[in-house]
Amino acid sequence: MAIVELAPEAPVVAPAVGTWRALRAFLRNPAAVIATLFLLLVTLIAIAAPLIYPEDPLSMVARPFLWPGQNPKFPLGSDSLGRDVAAGLVWGARISLVIGIAAMALGVTIGIVVGATAGYFGGRIDDALVRLIEIFQTTPSFLMLVVLVAIAEPRVESITVAIALVTWPTIARLVRAEFRSLREKDFVTAARGLGYGHARIIFIEILPNALPPIIVTSSVIVASAILMESALSFMGLGDPNRISWGSMIGAGREMLRTAWYLTLIPGIAIVLTVLALNLIGDALNDALNPRLSAER
Amino acid sequence: MPLLSVADLHTHFPTPQGTLRAVDGVSLTVAKGESVGLVGESGCGKSTLGKTVLRLVPPTSGEIVFAGEDIARLPAESLKPYRRRAQMIFQDPFGSLNPRHTIESILTAPLYVHGIGDRAERQKRVAAIIERVGLPLSALSRYPHEFSGGQRQRIGIARALILGPDLVICDEPVSALDLSIQAQILNLLVEMKREFNLSYLFISHDLSVIRYFADRVLVMYLGRIVESGTGADLWARPLHPYTRALIQAIPDPSRRRQAAPLGGDIASPQDLPRGCRFHPRCPIATAVCAERDPALETHAPGHQTACHHAGQLTRPPEA
Repeated sequence: MAIVELAPEAPVVAPAVGTWRALRAFLRNPAAVIATLFLLLVTLIAIAAPLIYPEDPLSMVARPFLWPGQNPKFPLGSDSLGRDVAAGLVWGARISLVIGIAAMALGVTIGIVVGATAGYFGGRIDDALVRLIEIFQTTPSFLMLVVLVAIAEPRVESITVAIALVTWPTIARLVRAEFRSLREKDFVTAARGLGYGHARIIFIEILPNALPPIIVTSSVIVASAILMESALSFMGLGDPNRISWGSMIGAGREMLRTAWYLTLIPGIAIVLTVLALNLIGDALNDALNPRLSAER
Repeated sequence: MPLLSVADLHTHFPTPQGTLRAVDGVSLTVAKGESVGLVGESGCGKSTLGKTVLRLVPPTSGEIVFAGEDIARLPAESLKPYRRRAQMIFQDPFGSLNPRHTIESILTAPLYVHGIGDRAERQKRVAAIIERVGLPLSALSRYPHEFSGGQRQRIGIARALILGPDLVICDEPVSALDLSIQAQILNLLVEMKREFNLSYLFISHDLSVIRYFADRVLVMYLGRIVESGTGADLWARPLHPYTRALIQAIPDPSRRRQAAPLGGDIASPQDLPRGCRFHPRCPIATAVCAERDPALETHAPGHQTACHHAGQLTRPPEA
C-alpha cells in the first residue's frame, strides 16, 4: 500500500456538547418549564414558611370550620380544631419536600452503590446482590414501609430512612443494568489496561455515563416518596409533631361531606407537586435520551 | 531475550454451548523494537489473544513472559508496573474514549494513577504528547465527540503512549477509518515506533496493512498460529493453504479470475473440527488432515507452518 502524506482531516463541526443540548431540549418543552417554575415556587414557599407563618401551624388560631374566603385573615379557612389551613399547606410543603428529596438522595445513594457493585463485578457478588434486591422488591413496599415506621418512632428521620429502604432497589436494578452494558465498552477496557483502580473505574469512568437514566428516575422517586409520606401521614403514622399534606387530608377525612375543602386543598397540593415532578422526569428523559424518545 | 514471549497460551470461555477455545495453544515472541503482525479472519481469536497478553482477559493456561517476568499468573493488584509498560490501541475510535471526559482528563488520568510527576509536570507531558500526535493544544479542553475518527485515533495513540510503554498492542487500529486517514495513522504509528523505540503486536485482518507494517507475520486460524514468517518470505512463499487463500483474496486487477479462494465459513470455536482445524475448507486436504492435528514446524529458517502438506499447491494423490 502506498503511504502518502495527505492534508490533515478537516475539523469536524462539533455538535453542541451534551449537557447544553439537553438543557436546550428541556427548555423547549413548555410543560417541563411550567412544572419547574411551579416546583421552584413550592420550594420557595417551603423555605420561607417560618417568615410567612411564624406561628406553629398546629396551634389553634381561629374559629373552627372557617370556609376559604370567609375571613380574609385565613384565606384558605380553618379546620375542625381551628388551625389555619394556609399555614398547614405552607409548612406541609416543607415536610413533603424535605422527606421527598432526602429519601430520594439516600435511596439513590444506596441504589448506586449496590447496583454499581453488582453490575461492575458480576459473578457471585452480582448473584448475591441480585437476590438481595429481589427480596426487597418482592415484599409489598407500602406494607414494609408501614412496618418499618411502626417499629421505629414516627419521626421525619425514620420516615425518610424507611422510604429510602423501599425505593433503593429500583435504582439498584437500573444502575446494575447500565453498568453491565457499560463495563463492556472499550473505554472501560482501556481504563483497566491503564491500571486504574476499581473505584476510579466505577465512579469516574462508568458512573457519569450511567447518570441520565438515574437522574430521570430520581425525579419520579421524589414524587413517589412524597406520595408515600402523605399516605403514611394520612394513616396517622406520620410525625405527630409536624403538619404534612397527608396528615391534613387524614384530619379532614371525617368531614369530607361537610367541609370537603379540608381534603381538597392539600390534595391539590399533592397532585400538582407530584404531577410537576413526573412532568420534569418525562422532559428529562426526552432531553437526555433523544434517540430513545424519538423511537417511542 | 525477546521483550515478550508467549508460550502455549490458552484462553477459553465457558458458554452454554460448550467451551469456547478463543486462543488455543499460541506461542509467539516480540523482540525489542520489532513489529509483529497478527492476521486472521474475524472470530479467529486474534483480538482475544491481544487482550489476554495484556491481562484484560484472564488466560486459562500458558506463559506470558514480559521482560523476564511471567505475568500470566500475577494477581491483578500486582499488574500495575506491567500496565505502564504494555499498552493497547483500540479499533473503535468512538467507543474507546470516555464520552464524558475532556481530552485533557483522558490523557492526564494515567499519569495521575501511576503517580507520575506533579501537576505541572503532568500538564507538560500531556501538552507534549498531544502535539506530537498532530493535534493542537486547544484539543485538550474538548470532548471526544468533537473530533473525527482519525483525530480520535490520534488521541487513542496519545493515551497509549503517555505512560512511555515498551510494547503496544494495536488491535485493528485503522480498520474503522477511511483509506486516506488510514495512511496518516499508519505513518504516525511508524514515526512513534522510531521515536520511542516501541515494539508492536499489530492485529489486523487487512493483509495490505500488515504488509506495510510488520517485520514478521503470524497467521492465525481458529485460535492457533498456522504460519509464521518474515514479511517478504511469507508473501513470496506462503506454505499454508490458508495463508495462500488470504493472499489470493486481495483484489488484484491484473488477475482475471476473482473467485473466492475459500469456500465455507470459519468453524465455530465451540465445536472444533477433528484433526487439522482448517481441513473442512482446505483445497488440498487429505485423509490424514481429518485425523491428525498438524504441529507448527520449521520448514525454512524463520518460517514455520502447521500443515501436513506444507507448500503443496494441489492435493497429493491418495496413497
